[in-house]
Amino acid sequence: MTVTTDSVRSALEQSPELDKVESHLHPAGSFVVADHEVPTGREEIWRFTPLKRLKGLHADAPLDGRNTHATWNAPEGVSVGVVTGDEATSLRGVSGWVPNTRFTARVLAEVPATLLVDVPADVEAAEPIVVEVDGTDADTTSGAHVVLRFGRHSKAVVVLNHTGSAAVAAVVEVVVADGAEASVVSIQDWADDAVHLSHHQARVGRDATYKHAAISFGGDLVRMDANVTYDGPGGSAELLGLYFADAGQHIEHRIFADHTAPRTKSHAVYKGALQGEKAHTVWVGNVLIRKVAEGIETYEENRNLVLTDGCQADSIPNLEIETGEIEGAGHASATARFDDNQLFYLQSRGVSEQEAQRLVVHGFFNDLIRKVGVPSIEDRLLTTVEAELAKNVLKDVGSLAAFGSDS
Amino acid sequence: MSKLVITDLHVTVETEDGPKEILKGVDLTINEGETHAIMGPNGSGKSTLAYSIAGHPKYTITGGSVTLDGQDVLALSVDERARAGLFLAMQYPVEVPGVSVSNFLRTAKTAIDGEAPKLRTWVKDVNGALERLNLDSTFAQRSVNEGFSGGEKKRHEIAQLELLDPKVAVLDETDSGLDIDALKIVSEGVNRFREREGKGVLLITHYTRILRYIEPDFVHVFVDGKVAESGGKELADQLEAEGYDKYLKANA
Ligand SMILES: Nc1ncnc2c1ncn2[C@@H]1O[C@H](COP(=O)(O)OP(=O)(O)O)[C@@H](O)[C@H]1O
Ligand SMILES: [Mg+2]
Repeated sequence: MTVTTDSVRSALEQSPELDKVESHLHPAGSFVVADHEVPTGREEIWRFTPLKRLKGLHADAPLDGRNTHATWNAPEGVSVGVVTGDEATSLRGVSGWVPNTRFTARVLAEVPATLLVDVPADVEAAEPIVVEVDGTDADTTSGAHVVLRFGRHSKAVVVLNHTGSAAVAAVVEVVVADGAEASVVSIQDWADDAVHLSHHQARVGRDATYKHAAISFGGDLVRMDANVTYDGPGGSAELLGLYFADAGQHIEHRIFADHTAPRTKSHAVYKGALQGEKAHTVWVGNVLIRKVAEGIETYEENRNLVLTDGCQADSIPNLEIETGEIEGAGHASATARFDDNQLFYLQSRGVSEQEAQRLVVHGFFNDLIRKVGVPSIEDRLLTTVEAELAKNVLKDVGSLAAFGSDS
Repeated sequence: MSKLVITDLHVTVETEDGPKEILKGVDLTINEGETHAIMGPNGSGKSTLAYSIAGHPKYTITGGSVTLDGQDVLALSVDERARAGLFLAMQYPVEVPGVSVSNFLRTAKTAIDGEAPKLRTWVKDVNGALERLNLDSTFAQRSVNEGFSGGEKKRHEIAQLELLDPKVAVLDETDSGLDIDALKIVSEGVNRFREREGKGVLLITHYTRILRYIEPDFVHVFVDGKVAESGGKELADQLEAEGYDKYLKANA
């Protein structure tokens, strides 16, 4: 498939008069696959990713495999379905994304169908729209293009839930029109052998609110880039992330809040826990405040809790500021082991060491889980955190008696 | 029963220049029903004594013994000591983000009793304990000690003392940093504990002020890692009048 000049033009039009930012973090974009060389791993944006384990998704692996099965619900007023042909073509780059990686260019160019979630203007979805993506085979590779379109003043929560085994390259484009309130939760709860390389690109309208939550537990290699640009003043983006890496897993999250309009906000909080030999997590938080973006506010934070020896957490906040007129900009990054004083305090109240560790880990994630703000997911996340803990911290503890919900 | 016996206790901490001895042979016996005040200048090792009894990993015991009703406390892990009946109200209570006071208290109570408390009475007990310490019921939903004022942290420690009901309570400068109203509230909490059958209290303080509200049976002056002098509550009055100078000079 080739991309029509129309969609290229419309994509370019979404960023009028933006100064070109020369940066190795933001390679120039193009819809033409041939413009993107196969990454070698030496590029800044690939240097942490173990390319060998990507099953060729970064290079030339076929993207037409059938290795996932998707089902969904559609609350009243919302349409969810697979579109093909011209309709699918016209959606390529609808978020303003001009590919700067080979895999995103390939997905836009080669994947014939698009899963479109369409929340029309003024519609408030009564319940979350849940798309279940179940992988059936980790030995085949596939590509996926998803568009989540939130109309003006609409309000909805979309959950993308990934389970099973698959090797998938995905581009998720999100359009949040003026005044809309959109939440997108992407859960990577894959089986141990899955590979998931994904790019989420959102375009946030004037006075619109966008919440993106990336939740990664399972998979051999999970890498997600979650990007945001702004269409007009007053847009606000909350980028949340929760990950739990076990032995041998590589979980990489990158965010890019590109402040392309004045008085916009970005607030990112990513928290991760690591346990087991060669558990590796990467967080790269890019924030760019362009010259036009006066009066913006941004804050980004990444915290990692290292539960056992042999893990590695890389955490790189990166703030580029091109205007002096900002309301506030800050970042924090910390990677720590259990705090002896916290454990001592809990143990001095009779709580066993393992139970104390469990309380601390739950506590570490609790505020974040609440921020996700989708009750059905909160319960599930608590259960999943518990299951992850059971693999190491609690592996010798038979009973989970004392920890429970608040009375 | 609740008899805490500390015999010739020696403790070191790890420093950049190697281990440093902080406790240099502490002897102390607290019989059941007794309240002992330990008074001493800053840096004399009072907190080290408290932490060593509770089992903080930072401190290394190099000699001596601690027993509770004949049981070797030093052989127990931190949580086992608590379950054996020891409680330490800390000078600087620790914040535990994301863990609610309610969840924390219930987990602790369950651990200490070996079974979950009866829900109905437990909620009442918790609310009652918080109320008596002048902490409103919203504290139950807040994260443990996070964003608490200094006084609130100390009152939270005493609320725990009431609920967990140990045999022996070690109170490390629970009075410092409290205004007079908070001091009274905390003292009343400690006195309610003392009224229970056979409880022992080791009250560590820098100031004599709290002893007006909690009357000790014995007062020990603690200087340079050991007990320099012991007496009745009149010793506190003497310290109030003369300060620690005499002991520091004698030591120097
Ligand atoms: N980690 C440490 N490294 C070096 N010195 C320490 C350490 N911890 C405590 N100390 C020293 O031990 C002594 C006793 O401290 P502490 O028990 O806190 O006294 P107090 O509670 O009586 O004020 C002080 O001189 C203090 O500086
Ligand atoms: Mg002290």
